[in-house]
Amino acid sequence: MGLLSGKNKEVLVGPLSKNNPVIVQMLGICSALAVTSKLEPSIVMALSVTAVVAFANVIISLLRNTIPNRIRIIVQLVVVAALVTIVSEVLKAFAYDVNKQLSVFVGLIITNCILMGRLEAFALGNGPWESFLDGIGNGLGYGIILVIIGFFRELLGSGTLLGFQVIPQAFYDFGYVNNGLMILPPMALIVVAVIIWVHRSRNKDLQEN
Amino acid sequence: MNRDSNVYTIIYASVMVVLVAVVLAFTSESLRSFQKKNEDNDKRQQILRSINIQATPDKAETTYAELINEAFLVNEKGEKIEGDAFAADASKSFAEHKYPVFIANVNGKTKYIMVLQGTGLWGPLWGYIALDDDKNTVFGADFSHAGETPGLGAEITTHIFSSQFAGKKIFQNGEFKSIAIVKPGKSAIGQDYVDGISGGTITSQSVDKMIFDSLNGYAKFLTSQNQ
Repeated sequence: MGLLSGKNKEVLVGPLSKNNPVIVQMLGICSALAVTSKLEPSIVMALSVTAVVAFANVIISLLRNTIPNRIRIIVQLVVVAALVTIVSEVLKAFAYDVNKQLSVFVGLIITNCILMGRLEAFALGNGPWESFLDGIGNGLGYGIILVIIGFFRELLGSGTLLGFQVIPQAFYDFGYVNNGLMILPPMALIVVAVIIWVHRSRNKDLQEN
Repeated sequence: MNRDSNVYTIIYASVMVVLVAVVLAFTSESLRSFQKKNEDNDKRQQILRSINIQATPDKAETTYAELINEAFLVNEKGEKIEGDAFAADASKSFAEHKYPVFIANVNGKTKYIMVLQGTGLWGPLWGYIALDDDKNTVFGADFSHAGETPGLGAEITTHIFSSQFAGKKIFQNGEFKSIAIVKPGKSAIGQDYVDGISGGTITSQSVDKMIFDSLNGYAKFLTSQNQ
């Protein structure tokens, strides 16, 4: 079996669209609302979650035959909490400003439902390589949605992308104004809803009656 | 071995916790110097913001070295004492009656920067306030907080709030009065005042108290060399 055989490919690519953790499984919505008012924190959050899910999946998968069943949730939490603390320390050392913007949300990665969901549902029953791919896939699936939301919220809310002005001054001279509502959390929910709408209308088999 | 036995479970949990503790301690120790550098630069940026200079993190150190000529501690009598002003943790040094002072040179004019330290609604507040060479008129101010409510109390970090302080006086007729934070639209009698944050009443009151308490410790230093 190759490293990227049919099943493994599905494990990696599935969460990007048909099995997306945010817009299909509705997991991790809260952080998708909280950190996406600008594009940069969205990207950092996406990378952090991807790293944490992937490595937590690998560690739990390696330990899966040794973990006592009665404390398996505790073991998962300890692994996740340790990884999140490491990510938080690394951000403090190398991306201090972004860490300040993300503030409590880095710590709250621990409670991101995607993590526990993947550990329980996948890593406990599969080998390390598949689990790693599953973690990367789900992290990226979450990340794509965050980046899309962050892109629209920063563009329409502040007129910038990654802090650079992209809407030319001429537009403002003609009376264009930034939509302050885009910065507020409710608009993140509406942007998620629009993404789900577009996604469901392209994937009719996902539509519920 | 029986994975469901109590002994196995307890040993497993203990070993796991010890291992994780070792890993975390190692990470924390090995990244400590990078984090310290970031924190110091962040502090330099805050000090520079109080004299209305926006410095990027990578420029903070050089700009700080250029503009801040002198940093020292004073006691409650206004006398200079031994110690490192930059490294001093305000919450501890205030309790020991040691007050850090930074002297900046902005366009040939001397500015005195004082440290502010207090408690807000959810956690510590701190800030820096810069006075002109008359040691009375505020040149600029900057405030930070650990955990005030975003959108409400946390607005004290904005330029809109801190820029109100410029030009206010902390002494009235030679007497220390501080600067009051009032409800927008209200005024304060016998002292200069600025508008508080709507919806951030407790944080605003805390800033008011912080400025009074902190500058009160500096009062002797600020008046002693005036004569």
